[in-house]
Amino acid sequence: MLPIFIRWTPLMIRNSRSVPLLACVTLASCAGPQSALDPAGPSAASIHQLGIIMYIGASAVTLLVAVLMLVPFMRKNDSRANRKLFLWTGVLLPAVTLTALVPYVLAVGHETRTPASPNQLSIDVTGSLYWWSMSYRRTSELTEIATANELRLPVGEPVELSLRSNDVIHSFWAPNLAGKTDMIPGRVTRMVIQADRPGIYRGQCAEYCGLQHSLMAFDVIVLPRREFDAWLARLTQPVREPPAPELQQGRDLFVSIGCGECHTVRGVVESRRGPDLTQVGARRTIGAGTLPGGVGNIAAWIASAQHLKPGNAMRSYDQLEGPQLRALAYYLESLK
Amino acid sequence: MGDGPPRWGWFTEANNTWIGRLYIATGFAFFLGAGLLAVLMRIQLARPNNTFLAEATYNQFFTMHGTVMMFLFAVPIGEAFAMTLLPSMTGTRDMPFPWLSSFGFWCYAIGGVLVFSSLSFGIAPDGGWFMYPPLTGPTYSPGVNTDVWVLGLGFVEIATLAAAIEFIVGLLKTRAPGMTLANMPIFAWYMLVTAGMIMIGMPAVIAADLLLELERAFGWPFFDATRGGDPLLWQHLFWIFGHPEVYIIFLPAAGIVSMALPTFACTRLVGYSWVVMGAVSVGFLSFGLWVHHMFTTGLPLMSLSFFSAASIAISIPMGVQVFAWLATLWDGKPVLRTPMLFVLGFLSIFTIGGLTGVMVASVPFDWQVHDSHFVVAHLHYVLIGGMVFPIFAALYYWTPMVTKRLMSERLGRWAFGLMFIGFNGAFLPMHVTGLLGMPRRVYTYDASLGVNGLNMSSTIFTFILGAGVLVVLVDFIRHLRSGPRVGDNPWNAPSLEWLSADADYGFRSLPLITSRYPLWEQPNVLQEAREGGGYLPDAPTLERESLLTSPITGQPEQILRLPGPGWTPFVSAAMTAIFFTGLTLRLAVISVTSGAVALMFLMSWMWRLDRAYPKGLADAGRGLGLPLYLNDNRSVGWWAMVVLIITDASLTLSIAFAYLFLWTAKPAIWPPDGSQMPGIIEPFVLLGLTAGAYLLFEGAERFNRRDRRFSVGICLAGTAILASVAIAIGSAWPGSLGINPTRHSYGAAVWTTPRVDCRSRCNWRSDGYLVRGAARSADARLVAMRNVAGLSALVALHSGRHGAGACACRRVSICISITSPACKARRSQGEA
Repeated sequence: MLPIFIRWTPLMIRNSRSVPLLACVTLASCAGPQSALDPAGPSAASIHQLGIIMYIGASAVTLLVAVLMLVPFMRKNDSRANRKLFLWTGVLLPAVTLTALVPYVLAVGHETRTPASPNQLSIDVTGSLYWWSMSYRRTSELTEIATANELRLPVGEPVELSLRSNDVIHSFWAPNLAGKTDMIPGRVTRMVIQADRPGIYRGQCAEYCGLQHSLMAFDVIVLPRREFDAWLARLTQPVREPPAPELQQGRDLFVSIGCGECHTVRGVVESRRGPDLTQVGARRTIGAGTLPGGVGNIAAWIASAQHLKPGNAMRSYDQLEGPQLRALAYYLESLK
Repeated sequence: MGDGPPRWGWFTEANNTWIGRLYIATGFAFFLGAGLLAVLMRIQLARPNNTFLAEATYNQFFTMHGTVMMFLFAVPIGEAFAMTLLPSMTGTRDMPFPWLSSFGFWCYAIGGVLVFSSLSFGIAPDGGWFMYPPLTGPTYSPGVNTDVWVLGLGFVEIATLAAAIEFIVGLLKTRAPGMTLANMPIFAWYMLVTAGMIMIGMPAVIAADLLLELERAFGWPFFDATRGGDPLLWQHLFWIFGHPEVYIIFLPAAGIVSMALPTFACTRLVGYSWVVMGAVSVGFLSFGLWVHHMFTTGLPLMSLSFFSAASIAISIPMGVQVFAWLATLWDGKPVLRTPMLFVLGFLSIFTIGGLTGVMVASVPFDWQVHDSHFVVAHLHYVLIGGMVFPIFAALYYWTPMVTKRLMSERLGRWAFGLMFIGFNGAFLPMHVTGLLGMPRRVYTYDASLGVNGLNMSSTIFTFILGAGVLVVLVDFIRHLRSGPRVGDNPWNAPSLEWLSADADYGFRSLPLITSRYPLWEQPNVLQEAREGGGYLPDAPTLERESLLTSPITGQPEQILRLPGPGWTPFVSAAMTAIFFTGLTLRLAVISVTSGAVALMFLMSWMWRLDRAYPKGLADAGRGLGLPLYLNDNRSVGWWAMVVLIITDASLTLSIAFAYLFLWTAKPAIWPPDGSQMPGIIEPFVLLGLTAGAYLLFEGAERFNRRDRRFSVGICLAGTAILASVAIAIGSAWPGSLGINPTRHSYGAAVWTTPRVDCRSRCNWRSDGYLVRGAARSADARLVAMRNVAGLSALVALHSGRHGAGACACRRVSICISITSPACKARRSQGEA
């Protein structure tokens, strides 16, 4: 019964919308910003479908084994087992179900690794201890435009990611969109990612990378194509002269205390060692998911980065005076 | 625990019934320690952004939890039970090399305690139990923590290889008279497969940590991508061992189940030969699965497909075994006692773990759940279900055999209930937390993930699971005093071990075994054994004795003499453990002193093995006369050496794999600019020197057989000179070609490959020499000299650097520990 079930289910699923619906009902509480059970892209969706088939199949087998295991303790009469039947079931049950399962699994694998088409958007994602750099390659320009800890994508388009690592092995995982792919020093790994629903999702490093592996997250923000283009255009522009004097003071301080040793603010300072801060004020989190954004948390991060996320590469600027810190934080918060 | 040996016997007794008990107790102690770490980690994860444990502490805890559970509990406890039970089950009196068992155990126990105590000094390993470089390389883990991990693994390698040799040789060569391979108890089959897997698989991880330590101590860039290395090399080597490791853990447990289940079902195991075939196929298939730990590394889908299919295919032999157990339940009238409860717990939990295993073996699905809490759930279902529950079944089942008292049925049921509910409550939700996006190895998680409630419930149920384990502990301690006394075979089990219950010597006489379930099917076997009607009712040499039998049919071939108590194994193990620990922690004085003492004891051990034995046949009982020694391929020493040589070959293959892998991963930079290719002269000179050394060694052997000691000395000196010249030229030569081991992985690989290979070849020669055995006292000394030379060279080489070459030295100590059985071959070689 089970082999037949497994063999036919993929077809049923392809032909009707009812099974995903059923799954949505049973897994209603599984929506989430970082959930493989709440797919928002074709790759995650077909893996989820494969998952559902396997959850059902596994439950059925578990039930079968549990029943077969408990019946001998319940029955009254003293009968012998049909030994050959049992042993052949042991061979054939896995053999048949899995012979059916393997081709389906491989088909899903090929489907979710569609090769990239030449004119699609491609993004270099680089993992470092413990943050992410995202560089957008544009066909029209030679230079790449970087941002950090935030991946913005146009909705409904396949986007190719080239994954690299600066130091140790990391793994790029945004479960709502696709499975994970490791970022290995000395290699470039690739994956194609596509989001079908606009929204905000979350991703996280999935390969243990040291002390702050737990605090190495990023947001995925999926936008309609027009908004995405506008955002990308804005990202490439140098930052404008701040209008208010306090912000100007913050900018001057940013330059003078040497933030440019590691950070970029386009048009002000340029360095690729740390996260690009050209749009830091627009980000939802600070410190690769350590704190929510906002001026207060930016100030807290500057003053005590080592306390909030010990072992990260930014030192705590705890010698700054209150007004200085405020000016710096307000300036950074204004970068959007 | 029976009577136990007299005062100092704790340390000196070399008897599987005693060493086995200590082994089991130590294994459980590590289980409790690592379990405590798990409870602390669960407290940290109870709420998001909890601050119960600091991140550095948490990372050390999860690394130690994994390392200790895998290497200091799961692998050794299976061996511990086997060491206690196998000789009795197969109708013999001890393992073939009791001192080696003792040495292996003490290395494991002392080394394990030292490694575990690193937690209290904050220098515990923190790179994960899988230790992926470059995170664990010198750049990102400069501290001593990683070296402690390599150290810990080293002790386990010694103990595990020692045990594997014991099991293979013991099961093939020292079974009860008349017990054919096909009549072995099923547990013996499982252990034979397990030991074979250790023999083939363990060397890969030895090679891996050899390379890691070379990179850490000397900067040879095997894994450093900036200098031509490749982090994936580690993953391949680690998982080539690491996946079979799962089955090395599981198969002994499956063996336990296959023993206990028929007893409580009151019927024979259904499909004995199917189950044996299943176990053997699992052993083979498990070596073709390692890449399923690497599905997310961006390897081509084509090659992943192969490993995916192979991984899924292993569920066929597993399915056979599960259904054979189910059929046995249906075939008999099962009785629900505590061991049976744990077996049922095993069946249900392990089935779920196996099914989620099929899921993670499905490549695209694994892309989602890999390194998430789904895998945490999966692996605990496999390991706790597949191994901890059977071990607890074994504890309840075999305790009466050792203590002659029953553990409480009531407390046993409570313990099982708490453990079963606690386990499922703790780990079932983790499947969902993983799918909801919670990665593994995180000390905290974001509240927005929606996993707060599930994590809290996991933590609560963890305490219930812990309570279950504590109930067992209390029950065990309680039963030692007040458990009801029982007879020899309280469960009416069919297998031989119940015949020898609580006798340190095993069997009064060794009965002739003609059936698979002797206690059910051979009505007078008890009487025969007890009343001296079997073989060896007396001790013709007045020492500990057992029978050597033929591998297939179990025909008696020789009277095997076993060593009695002695300080040597304990002291040499303790000193070896302290030596390596001192080396790792850069405690030069302690390290040198203990190393010297260890060496002294090992030397004296090997020296004394070569005793002169009387010739002629001795009375083995039942009118049979048997020799006291053999010096051909029937002797246990010969078999042990064959196992060692296979292990060594596997190590050499692993190193060769490393070379080829690095080459094929980056063919464009292999060799890098600035390295010249070798000319024609040097290779031939080297070849000539090596060949000369080889021939002289061969000559020494011939002369030694004819007792021409002077010629032996000349030949050996010639060998040494030629070999040294070859080594000197070989060392200078790559340097002159611009091949520098620290500049590029090419250099590192070139420098490693011939060296290891050369060492192995040298070992093979002398091992082969031992195997054929020339039977004069000189041989044992030759071996001793070889090891002393090797050890002192390595110490000299490494003592300058911290943690230096811990693994390189360890190889030597393994060599020593393993050569000792070889020397023991002397016992059987005699002057014949």
